[in-house]
Amino acid sequence: MCLAVPMKIVALEKSDAVVEQAGTRRRVRADLLDGLALGDYVLVHAGIAIARVDPEEAERTLALLSSLDEIP
Amino acid sequence: MKYLEEFRQPDRVRQIADSIARLNPPPARLMEVCGTHTMAIARGGLRGLLPAGIELCSGPGCPVCVTDQPDIDRFIAMGVPGHTLATFGDMMRVPGTTASLEEARAAGADVRVVYSPLDAVELAGGATNQVIFFGVGFETTAPAVALAIQQARRDGLRNFSVLSAHKLIPPALHALLGSDVRIDGFLCPGHVSVIIGSDAYRPVADGGVPCVIAGFEPLDILQAVLRLVQQVQRGESRVEVQYSRVVTAAGNVKAQALLAEIFEPADVRWRGLGPIPGSGLVIRKEFRDFDAAYRFPVEVPAPRETGCLCGDVLRGAIAPPQCPHFGNDCTPRAPLGPCMVSSEGACAAHYRYRPTLRQAQGDPACPERSRGERSRGATELPA
Amino acid sequence: MSDERILLAHGSGGQLMSELIDRVFRARFGPHLSRDDSTLLSAGGAIAFTTDSFVVDPLFFPGGDIGRLAVCGTVNDLATAGAVPIALSASFILAEGLLLRDLERVADSMASAATEAGIEIVTGDTKVVPAGAADRMFITTSGIGRVVRPVSGAGARPGDVVLINGSIGDHGIAVISQREGLSFETTIESDCAPLAGLVQEALNAGGEGVHAMRDPTRGGLVSSLNEIAAQSRVAIELNEVSLPIRPPVASACEMLGFDPLYVANEGKMLFLVAAEAAESILAAMRRSRYGAEAVTIGRVLDGPAGTVTLRTALGTHRFLDPLVGELMPRIC
Repeated sequence: MCLAVPMKIVALEKSDAVVEQAGTRRRVRADLLDGLALGDYVLVHAGIAIARVDPEEAERTLALLSSLDEIP
Repeated sequence: MKYLEEFRQPDRVRQIADSIARLNPPPARLMEVCGTHTMAIARGGLRGLLPAGIELCSGPGCPVCVTDQPDIDRFIAMGVPGHTLATFGDMMRVPGTTASLEEARAAGADVRVVYSPLDAVELAGGATNQVIFFGVGFETTAPAVALAIQQARRDGLRNFSVLSAHKLIPPALHALLGSDVRIDGFLCPGHVSVIIGSDAYRPVADGGVPCVIAGFEPLDILQAVLRLVQQVQRGESRVEVQYSRVVTAAGNVKAQALLAEIFEPADVRWRGLGPIPGSGLVIRKEFRDFDAAYRFPVEVPAPRETGCLCGDVLRGAIAPPQCPHFGNDCTPRAPLGPCMVSSEGACAAHYRYRPTLRQAQGDPACPERSRGERSRGATELPA
Repeated sequence: MSDERILLAHGSGGQLMSELIDRVFRARFGPHLSRDDSTLLSAGGAIAFTTDSFVVDPLFFPGGDIGRLAVCGTVNDLATAGAVPIALSASFILAEGLLLRDLERVADSMASAATEAGIEIVTGDTKVVPAGAADRMFITTSGIGRVVRPVSGAGARPGDVVLINGSIGDHGIAVISQREGLSFETTIESDCAPLAGLVQEALNAGGEGVHAMRDPTRGGLVSSLNEIAAQSRVAIELNEVSLPIRPPVASACEMLGFDPLYVANEGKMLFLVAAEAAESILAAMRRSRYGAEAVTIGRVLDGPAGTVTLRTALGTHRFLDPLVGELMPRIC
């Protein structure tokens, strides 16, 4: 349960953000997250942003491929 | 699409699948708790990329499947003239005792599908009808509903309320731990975990079952399976986070605080599983004006016995094809229960994504590894 | 701009109604709109005959409206059968209270779509119902075409390839983006278009090699391909990596929980053709308006009759069963 889509913040207002992913744009509530900036990606579920996507962790996850040694 | 497509790359996915195979793992029964995981696994045909002996069974994390018949009946009963029922699309076809929301709409009830509970608040702001929103979903969704209630109060609305059927995941996992069904590892729901944090699963791991919190793309799911299989092989039971790009140990603290402000835990019944202590959310007294259960008490009939075995499927006791109704008197076209109706219900997923004959025949152009149970599944293809 | 509205009196057969017809329809559909109850036509040879009703809500959406939809939908139903469209009828059920300027806008759309498609609207009817009895406007059309070479859904054979003239899911997303309660913005416009010209180009290039055609509308590609698979008694396999999906359609589908294969189209035609004819048919389509992005998306197999499957990007396979019920936005 839970369809949540990563979307980029293109505008930030008091408690709202306007987010976009590949040409789809929506206004969402962003007040459950702190320290957001334009250009950040957030996970959007049912009209609210529930998490910021950490770009470094995303890279790390992608880099963890075949080598079993890399997995702690 | 950024942060989606990279995690779907076939080469990366196949590399992880090969890593799992190279482990030569012992047989293991892994439960994927979340309905969205059920869907993702089925849609990607991911079972076919795993070695024989690694079994993925579905769990109770399908809010549509576990919403009790009386809750649906109660919501439909509130659909009288002057009331507008607002709901997520997921709930429209789920059968209550006498009707589904779709049938109720056909019979004249004002039922609207919304994408966000905040859209329902907007609806109420522009209307004179009482707008009643069906609060279904786990910890991922409840914060959005909490925000909606807060917004309605801020706007001074007297015509918005929520019928809460929200449920919590950790109590359900505990209930499964204590059951007769053997589970070697939990593939934990990534988006619920965004809210509650990975620490919430410590007691489960301490109880002896490894937990890996997984994202929803094929790469995420296979990486998580790899980690679970490694833990099982090593006899470990720890909490690991595969979905580290959005899941932290503490979770979304603001969302948790908001949930605590609007809701409190209660003992509720899960369809098919029965009562689980502390596993539901009810709206606090201070927000009674926005609690549809308080404002619009209704009588509902006693639940109807359908013979549906959803409960056994939801706790992993049987796989959908083992249910005698599956494919016979229970199909997506004429479902007996919610597991077949819900798009991410285990039964619907098994039916829609049943193995194609090419897989069963061991077509060399088909990279899925040939497995006994899938051949059986193919011969059980409904007419 | 005038706020003049449709009244019940406009449907009662009297002077108000004939003035409405002259002012709104005759002025736009031209002299071929019959003053008689029936229009006489000469078609010469086999004729194709189709009928359809249009109830889309909202009436106006990015890339089109109910009027354009009505003309294009009917033209495409004729084209699917291998016919050249000749004439259309258009019946209107109008709700009392409909703004006259909305009706005029719809009629404008129909006139220009008809001109583009080379078809005349030659007869029609108008009724007005009390406010609330209809959703502002319903349109029913019937269409007649001259059969050039008959093509049905029953001619597909193992070994054929599946072609489509462009991206999928555009119309459904464009319409749903305007629905109340689902607020999102998209750059996507409906692909609503008349495809008779495209089909003729394909038939000229492919000749007997065009075995089956269908225009996928509600229910998406999956619905149409299941129909053909059943009629032709074949198995059809689509290739996920070949599917043309515009990024905004893909992302809107992610957000709402839709599968683009099930989302409606209004300007697309599926062609199931002999493998050796595919290249020349694709070339002809790509030279044609509405065919610039034509691609191969699948093939016809010797498998269990009536089945449609998808070869995923991961190389796995799954069934594509027709939709049960409406396409519904989900959170799970």
